[in-house]
Amino acid sequence: MIPLAAAPTDRPAEIPDPEDTVTTTQDAADVAADATAGGWAAVCRLDQLVPERGAAALLRRADGAPFQVAVFRLLDDSVHAVQQLDPYAAANVMSRGIVGTRGEEPTVASPVYKQVFALRTGECLESGGKTPKAGLGAHLEAFPAEVRDGVVHVQVT
Amino acid sequence: MFASGNSTLTVRSRWLPSVEDMSSEPPTSSTRHVVVVGGGMVAQRFVEALRSRDTDGTWRISVFAEEPRKPYDRVGLTRYFEVRDAEELTLGDPALWDDPLVTLHRDCKVEKIDREQRTVTDRLGRVHAYDELVLATGSNAAMPPIPGNDLPGVFVYRTIDDVAELRGWVEAKREAGRVETRGGVVEKPVRGAVIGGGLLGLEAAGALKALGAQATVIEFGTHLMGVQCDLGGGQALKRLINDKGISVRPETATKEMKPHRRTGHVGRLDFNDGGRLDVDVVVVATGVRPRDELARSAGLEMGERGGAVVDLTCRTEDPNVWAIGEVACIEGRCLGLVAPGNTMAEVVVDRLLGGQAEFPGADTATKLKLSGVDVASFGDAHGRTEDCVEVVWADPTAGVYKKLVLSDDAKTLLGGVFVGDATPYATLRPMLGAELPGDPAAFLLPEGAGNAPDIELPDEANVCSCNNVSAGTIRGAVTDHGCTSVGDVKSCTKAGTTCGACLPLVKKITETEMTRAGIEVSNALCEHFEMTRAQLFDAVRVSELHSFSDIIERFGVVPEGATSAGRGCDICKPVVASILASQGNGHILSGEQSTLQDTNDHMLANMQKDGTYSVVPRVPGGEITPEGLIVIGEVAKDFGLYTKITGGQRIDMFGARVEQLPDIWKRLVDAGFESGHAYGKSLRTVKSCVGSTWCRYGVQDSVGMAVELELRYRGLRSPHKLKLGVSGCARECAEARGKDVGVIATDKGWNLYVAGNGGQTPKHAQLLAEDLDSETLLRTIDRFLMLYIRTADRLQRTAPWAEEYEGGLEAIRQVIMEDSLGIADDLDAAMAAHVGAYEDEWKAVLEDPDKLARFGSFVNAPTTPDPSLAYVAERGQKRPATAEEIAAGPDGPVDPALAGPVLVTGPTLEVRA
Repeated sequence: MIPLAAAPTDRPAEIPDPEDTVTTTQDAADVAADATAGGWAAVCRLDQLVPERGAAALLRRADGAPFQVAVFRLLDDSVHAVQQLDPYAAANVMSRGIVGTRGEEPTVASPVYKQVFALRTGECLESGGKTPKAGLGAHLEAFPAEVRDGVVHVQVT
Repeated sequence: MFASGNSTLTVRSRWLPSVEDMSSEPPTSSTRHVVVVGGGMVAQRFVEALRSRDTDGTWRISVFAEEPRKPYDRVGLTRYFEVRDAEELTLGDPALWDDPLVTLHRDCKVEKIDREQRTVTDRLGRVHAYDELVLATGSNAAMPPIPGNDLPGVFVYRTIDDVAELRGWVEAKREAGRVETRGGVVEKPVRGAVIGGGLLGLEAAGALKALGAQATVIEFGTHLMGVQCDLGGGQALKRLINDKGISVRPETATKEMKPHRRTGHVGRLDFNDGGRLDVDVVVVATGVRPRDELARSAGLEMGERGGAVVDLTCRTEDPNVWAIGEVACIEGRCLGLVAPGNTMAEVVVDRLLGGQAEFPGADTATKLKLSGVDVASFGDAHGRTEDCVEVVWADPTAGVYKKLVLSDDAKTLLGGVFVGDATPYATLRPMLGAELPGDPAAFLLPEGAGNAPDIELPDEANVCSCNNVSAGTIRGAVTDHGCTSVGDVKSCTKAGTTCGACLPLVKKITETEMTRAGIEVSNALCEHFEMTRAQLFDAVRVSELHSFSDIIERFGVVPEGATSAGRGCDICKPVVASILASQGNGHILSGEQSTLQDTNDHMLANMQKDGTYSVVPRVPGGEITPEGLIVIGEVAKDFGLYTKITGGQRIDMFGARVEQLPDIWKRLVDAGFESGHAYGKSLRTVKSCVGSTWCRYGVQDSVGMAVELELRYRGLRSPHKLKLGVSGCARECAEARGKDVGVIATDKGWNLYVAGNGGQTPKHAQLLAEDLDSETLLRTIDRFLMLYIRTADRLQRTAPWAEEYEGGLEAIRQVIMEDSLGIADDLDAAMAAHVGAYEDEWKAVLEDPDKLARFGSFVNAPTTPDPSLAYVAERGQKRPATAEEIAAGPDGPVDPALAGPVLVTGPTLEVRA
């Protein structure tokens, strides 16, 4: 296995330690994404998020395992976080879904097979007749998220 | 056997076997044999009806057809000029002929019937025994005894072979008429004449025109379509026919057809009045004669003007011999229409199964199938009923003539003639013999002018005369058989599946019944918009709105209990995004528009199963330089991408991560490539063959045309993806007829085919216009695409769109070729705006730091690859690892399929040494 060198943004092929990437990346350094008490982590500035679109964030669970969350900013500047893993596609893509509403419930639709999930609870509202991939639950895990001094924080335990 | 006079018959249900049957052996061993002589439309109907009703399989059917093909839609024969594919005229479900109880003997005429032995002898001398014999031999085109009627170049118009021969003749004459002069090639027009101005004669004249020949119709009587039209209607019709470039010579008898001195082919018509007409081809369409020679030689009773005499059960004097369709002389006459023939087929099927059906009388309603000429008549069109009254609406300048024939109290409908505008036909024909509500004149006024009362058809009213389907049957399909669309109703009842004239009515009845049954006829896009995509398109255009927030505020649904409309969903947001893009609102990622896009449009790449993307640069017309190929190859190699040639003649690079996309595109854009829009509901590719520049057979530069089309329509957002094709000659190597727009070169220009689709429901494109020059071709495609973009439903491709467009492809042709809606300038302007405003989406992104910022992998680590991605090598390239391979890890077990250890690696994989 020979790592690629030509692409300037490319990194070696080994799985990176999230600790390293978070602390060595410039944007991330601005917001000091170290895990703080109670599992709360600073993720990014609010103005880095486009309203009604998601963004992926690379965090750690309490046991140190790398974990991806999808963070969404709504029109009212509230923020929501759910797991980035789409259980129906087994791919880390939820942040790239379309944000909308079902009734008054804010939602995100999987960009792969279009299942609709409630952003506040992670509940799957429309499965489209599909079942999740082996070993994955039907709903998304939702995480507490809030904005403190213009910085988005997510609690992953 | 069904001996008449047996009293048990009267109580026997049509669905139950006879008393004799019940006492005999089970049906499998007592299967009886019905032989059908003839393989036309009526024979097809007979077989279809018997197989669908004889659920116990008590009958085995053998069909003997003289023609070498399956029964086809003879009524649609003229369409053969358009589709040029005999298969497309095939009737019904082809699976019918695979039924083990059905045997079709093609190219196998029956020569003899032995009624005593109950056998028939086919042309190969084989003898077949029958229990029951059904004659469905149809008609021959009549050939009047005019001297010279056997000259080469004189044709009749009856079978696919007739039509194919006629076409070959006209094409050969045209070729012979080409003369090379100093000033270029001069082409002598091919002069055609049609003897007979009836339904078939006019269709034949239209066919001659479609072949590029001149056409003159010679009519013996006072006016065209004398059987169906009165004098006023005939005269209005003559004007319409003249407008199509067809001359008409009424009250003319042909004395002789004279050969050309040199060729010996037909060259001139001499008329009784001393007039003459030079011709290169003559089509005789003076009517049909029943093909009754077999019945005659079998000693069956013949009608005065031929045909096997049958009673109202369609039985001849021989209790085991039946006759249906044009060969049957029923109620003293032979009927040259398919609808009564189908009815007879159903009657005989019913009788064979023990039923009591009788022929209810002929429905002689007809509708001319000639493009751009609307003619229909039904009932007592000539007003021959005693004391009847006629209501006439005539608009000579518009070429419209409409007449209703009513009972003396002006209430009961007895018949009608419609020329130039046959819209009332579908609604009124089923009302024949019934009382009309309101003022009859209201039905004749132009659409919109009068308030024609809504007619609630009685259940027994016959809606589809071809297939004998009543209004009640259609309603039943909705209420009892769970049909929820016109398509369901069509396949359930067969209504509208033959000539299609009744479809608007079928649609209306279906929708009315659905509403009544509480089935919501919802055209709503989603919970946020109650409109269809087409309605929303117009609403946005007219109200000049440019953002989703404004659009949903103005047109969105406010949910119950809420104060404002919601924020859309994954259905309506991409639809609005597409509408905004089609109406020119700048870059698809600008401002709020970026929140409406599906991930493919948002990342300007195609998401694959593992969440990475594939990248397709545009390769217009599939033409690429060696340098271009090398750039793509190097980019793929440097970024470790899997490569594959696509079906659209370009190259797809897979496995690109979000954060790699800008770097990949920087390289491509710098080398002169641009976005291929493989990710968009938009123009994909224009596929081409190599054409006249290299090919020995090509007649035009198909690659050049494909490049021009692709550059013209690149970036055009549409309800679904669009694919075009250009072939350099009739060999059609670019498979253009499988495309939304297919262009095929001719020696005079381009033939344009539209609304073809591959994919899940393949459909051949249909001929829209012939021999167009390049400028007209572009204009016509411009309008076709814009009309589609404006009026199609969400994710509706062009084939179903054209099918469901009111009036079908013919109406679309009129809109874009004849500007029947007066919107052609508007469509042209919209396309001009698109062409003028085009910019490469990727180039624009690379120049805009705000847009570039979205291509980070993680908001807190924008250049870190997704650590969960894993790949293995296969056939020298990478592919996403399966869940099992990931679980096994880099030192996993040997994969027997790969015959080697599975190498699972992270987001990048080097597979080449």
